[in-house]
Amino acid sequence: MLARALAPLAPALRRAQLQQPATRVAAQVAVRGLASDADAANTLKTAVYDKHQELGGKLVDFAGYWLPLQYPAGVKAECLHTRNEASLFDVSHMGQVRITGPDAVAFVESIVVGDIANLKSNEARLSLITNDHGGIIDDTVITRFDDFVGMVINGACKHKDLKHMHARLEDSKLDAKIEHLEDLALFALQGPKAAIVMDRLANDLTVSAMNFMEARVGKIGGVDCTLTRCGYTGEDGFEISVSNSEANKIMDLLLEQEEVAPAGLGARDTLRLEAGLCLYGNDIDETTTPVGARLVWTVSKPRCAEGGFPGAETIQAQMKDKTQKPPRVRVGLVVDGAPARSHVEIYDAEGKEAIGEITSGTFSPILGKPVAMGYVDRAFMKAGTEVTCKVRKKFVPATISKMPFLPAKYYRAP
Amino acid sequence: MSTYKYLESHEYVRVEDGQAVIGISDFAQTQLGDVVYVDLPSVGDTFDKGDSFGSVESVKAASDVYAPVSGKVLEVNELLSDKPELVNTDAMTDAWFIKMDMSDSSELDSLLDEEAYKKFTDE
Repeated sequence: MLARALAPLAPALRRAQLQQPATRVAAQVAVRGLASDADAANTLKTAVYDKHQELGGKLVDFAGYWLPLQYPAGVKAECLHTRNEASLFDVSHMGQVRITGPDAVAFVESIVVGDIANLKSNEARLSLITNDHGGIIDDTVITRFDDFVGMVINGACKHKDLKHMHARLEDSKLDAKIEHLEDLALFALQGPKAAIVMDRLANDLTVSAMNFMEARVGKIGGVDCTLTRCGYTGEDGFEISVSNSEANKIMDLLLEQEEVAPAGLGARDTLRLEAGLCLYGNDIDETTTPVGARLVWTVSKPRCAEGGFPGAETIQAQMKDKTQKPPRVRVGLVVDGAPARSHVEIYDAEGKEAIGEITSGTFSPILGKPVAMGYVDRAFMKAGTEVTCKVRKKFVPATISKMPFLPAKYYRAP
Repeated sequence: MSTYKYLESHEYVRVEDGQAVIGISDFAQTQLGDVVYVDLPSVGDTFDKGDSFGSVESVKAASDVYAPVSGKVLEVNELLSDKPELVNTDAMTDAWFIKMDMSDSSELDSLLDEEAYKKFTDE
């Protein structure tokens, strides 16, 4: 779900930018991201690893799993297919967690900023796991089911998150149980035609009645699945949780549909950036608060007033007191020239004063120009402000932009 | 047909009318995927063999490009600023990056020839 995790890839790409000889390119760059053969030997396979290979995926170690950076169609084609049709992503590296017990809701509320108690059954929400200083430990999609709370956490963060959750649960004396559901695979089907496909395959569900950020338990091609209408691309779409033993069957069935093509991590990262969605580790981390990251909308009003979640005091102070506001805030940038990628410095329009730093950058195939996300001094945060990005010693003009960079297509049932 | 010489970092050079015509190999463009931006130097800039003279970017990655020979830039391929995708279709021909006045044409001898480069990329 709102899966993100290109973080391990980013350093590799950054190195490529700075020092790699020409053309140590996508695949090679990514392979370079593999720390060592020893690490590679420990890299896990998702349930559909063989399928990625059959499809010609360029596999890279991502969050400890072999996942496709791209398939033969390439990042650009995969991005455009997602925007026009529907793409299938294997996101089984993400952690799927179930919290049960009489205090399940209370426990989840004790570690995240969102209002979980007031979620309706089957309703899902993006939330943030925060530390005691208001920094972000991870972002997560939380779904309230009748008898448990589901959480999907980032693959690269899941072991850290689970350790944190177990420690907090122990301290809290609440009556809840945390289960890491490692026997489940997770797929994302994303794009304007995802609902047509799902309507065709999920016969026992009324897909048209499902709002974005709603989950249902049902069958796809006769296989038990949990379907959540959500995603990480800005498109309508679904995430499909299914047992590892049935994952290949589901993947085959989805790829048999004429609208559906497979897509890899490269496309996923570009699509989420176009949609203005954060990548944990790049755009948000334990040093950024929801206020600086402009994710205050995830902090529900009553909970913001009441507090009772880690870092609440800091977050409340940053929201109320102008002198406490983080000096830099997250913004979008449209770049006019060479793509500005993570760690590129942002300067004022004259290129005189450093005012911030890019945290994610890419070339947007659908917009035909580079877009980026970064943090800038508050004086430069307003959309339309002209700035420059220092790319390879040249100052490339850029404009602070509202995000998403293209309209979100999140579905509301009639 | 022109004779191409290569760096292991996948730049080629061919000599045309006494000028070094420099670009990236067809193998390189295949590996890069869709080229979305090419950063080129200015006419008159000078580079030593092995210097980075620009960069080529796909959707997800930027890579430096290196001068296979030393010399002064005589011309840059303006076509690539509007149509970077030419690198994917015509890497070895129309999508050359720069033309240089070589300061020492004997540097060509140290580069990989067609056969050696092919062997290198097959490894």
